[in-house]
Amino acid sequence: MVRLLQIEFIKLWNNRSSRILIFTYFLLITSIALVSMIKFDFGDIHFQLAGQGIFNFPYIWHFNTYFVAWFKLFLAIVIVSMMANEYSNKTIKQNLIDGLSKKEFVLSKFLTVIAFALISTIFIFVVSLILGLLYSDFNEVSIIFSDLEFILAFFLKLTAFFSFCLFLGVLVKRSAFALGFLFIWQIVEIIATVVLEQKVFGTKNGMADLVTGFFPLRSMYNLIDEPITRLNVIKSAAKQLGADLGSNYHVHWYEMLIVIGWTIIFIYLSYALLKKRDL
Amino acid sequence: MLTAVKNLSFTIEKGNVYGILGPNGSGKSTTLGIVLNVVNRTQGDFSWFDGHTSTHEALKKVGAIIERPNFYPYMTAEQNLKLVCKIKQVSQENIDNKLELVGLLDRKKSKFKTYSLGMKQRLAIASALLNDPEILILDEPTNGLDPQGIHQIREIIKTVASQGTTILLASHLLDEVEKVCSHVIILRKGEKLYAGSVDGMLASHGFFELRTTHTEELLSFLKNNSSFGEVKNENGLITAFLTEALDADTLNKMLFENGIVLSQLVKRKESLEEQFLILTKNQSN
Repeated sequence: MVRLLQIEFIKLWNNRSSRILIFTYFLLITSIALVSMIKFDFGDIHFQLAGQGIFNFPYIWHFNTYFVAWFKLFLAIVIVSMMANEYSNKTIKQNLIDGLSKKEFVLSKFLTVIAFALISTIFIFVVSLILGLLYSDFNEVSIIFSDLEFILAFFLKLTAFFSFCLFLGVLVKRSAFALGFLFIWQIVEIIATVVLEQKVFGTKNGMADLVTGFFPLRSMYNLIDEPITRLNVIKSAAKQLGADLGSNYHVHWYEMLIVIGWTIIFIYLSYALLKKRDL
Repeated sequence: MLTAVKNLSFTIEKGNVYGILGPNGSGKSTTLGIVLNVVNRTQGDFSWFDGHTSTHEALKKVGAIIERPNFYPYMTAEQNLKLVCKIKQVSQENIDNKLELVGLLDRKKSKFKTYSLGMKQRLAIASALLNDPEILILDEPTNGLDPQGIHQIREIIKTVASQGTTILLASHLLDEVEKVCSHVIILRKGEKLYAGSVDGMLASHGFFELRTTHTEELLSFLKNNSSFGEVKNENGLITAFLTEALDADTLNKMLFENGIVLSQLVKRKESLEEQFLILTKNQSN
C-alpha cells in the first residue's frame, strides 16, 4: 500500500502544474482564516465578521466544511489530469508492462484520492480548531468536540467527488474533456431535478427530493447543508419577517450511505473499464 | 470481428535470441500485447515461467518495450527510472549502471521530453533492464531511428545477449533478425509460418548462377541432371536451384567434360529475405 502511494507521489510531485495546484489548494483552505480579518467601519458601527458567531463551536465545523468544500475543484483538476495523462502519455501501458497489475493501478489512484481527502480533512479540522479557540464564545471541551459529524461528512464528500473525477478521467481519457463532462453532468442533474420537481412529482410531496437525493453530485451536496440560514443574525431577521427556516442541519446516515455507495461504484467502474479495454 | 492472431503457439527457451518476423500488421505487437497483459485475448491461454506465477508478478522478472518509448515527459531520466524501480520492486542502485550501458549517464538529469527519439529508445532499454530480467522483449526497437541510432541499439542488444539474457525481438526488418537472432518465428496475418533456428531455415542447398556461350546445351544438361530442380534463364544468366548438395568444383568439371565452357560460375545461398518471401508467398497461394 505504501509502495502504491509512493508510485503515485513520484508521478504527482515531479509534475510542476500538479504541485502548484496542490499547493494553492492547501493555501486556500488555510485562507479561510483570513475571513476573521474582515472588518467594516461605517462611522460608529464597527462590524467584524468573526464577531457574528461564525467561529463559535460547534457551528464553525459546519460553516468551514461547507465553504472549504468548494475549493475541491482545484484538486479535481489534479485528479482528472493524473488519470488522463496516463492515457495521453501512454504511461499506463508501460506501467502495466513493468509489472503493475490493473488492480494495483486503480488502487494506487484511489489511495491517492483518499490521501488527498484525508489531508484536506485534517487541515480543515486543525484550521477550524485554531480559529474556534481564538474567536469562539464557547470554549468547553464538550462543546468544542460536538457536531464533529461535519468533519466526517467532509471527508466522505471529498472522497466521493474525487472518485467521480477519477472515473471521468478513465472514461474520457482527456483531462479537458473530462472536466467538461463534469460540468455538463452538473447541468444534467439540475435539469433533471427541475423536470422531476415541476413535471413528474410536483413540489409538494417530497418525492422529487427523495429521487434527486440519489444523484451523484446532489447526494454529495446534500451531505453538508448550507449553514447561512443557521446563523443567529439571519435567524432573527427571518423571524421578524415571519419566515420559518426550520430545516434540519444534521448529517444523516442515509446521506452518508448513498455517497459511500457512489464512491464504490465509481472506483469499481474505473477498474472494470480498465480491465475491459485494450491499451 | 477481425482476428489479429490465430492459433499461434510457441515456446521460448532460456539463453536464445528469438526473432518474431512478419510484415506490418501480421500480429507481432498483438501477440506481445497479449502476453504483456495490455491486450485482452478472446480465446486461448499463455503462461510465464512454467505457469507458476501470475502475469503481473512474472512481468517483474521481464523487461519489455513496446513500439514507442512511454515515459513521463516532465520527469528526468533518473526520476522515470526510479519510478520503474518502485513498480518492479527492485532497488535503485542499478540506475546509473544501466544508464551507462545505454550511454545516457551524462544526460540523466535531463527531462524526458528533451530527448531525441534514439535517446528515448535507449532509455526504454535501460528501463527494461533495471530488474536484470530473465527475458527482454523488444518490439521494433529500431523503428524510426537514423542509421547511427539503429547501430547503437543493435550494439546494446548484442551486449545484453552476450550476458546470457534471453531476448525476444519483434521486427519486420529481416537483416536485423538475421544479424541478431539465433531463432526465428515467422508470422503472416496472425498465423505461424515457421518456427525454428535461423540456420535451419536457411538450410537449403543453395543455387548456381551460370553464364556461357553454349546456352542451349547447358539448359538441356541441367534439365537432365537430377541434382537440379528449378532452372531459370534471364537474359543469358541461368539460375539453377539445387535439390541435393553439389559443390562448384564438381559442377565445373562435369560441364567441361560435356564440352560446356562457363564464363561465369557463382554458388549462392538464399538470404533470409528470399526465404521469407518464398515462405510468405507459398502460404498465400
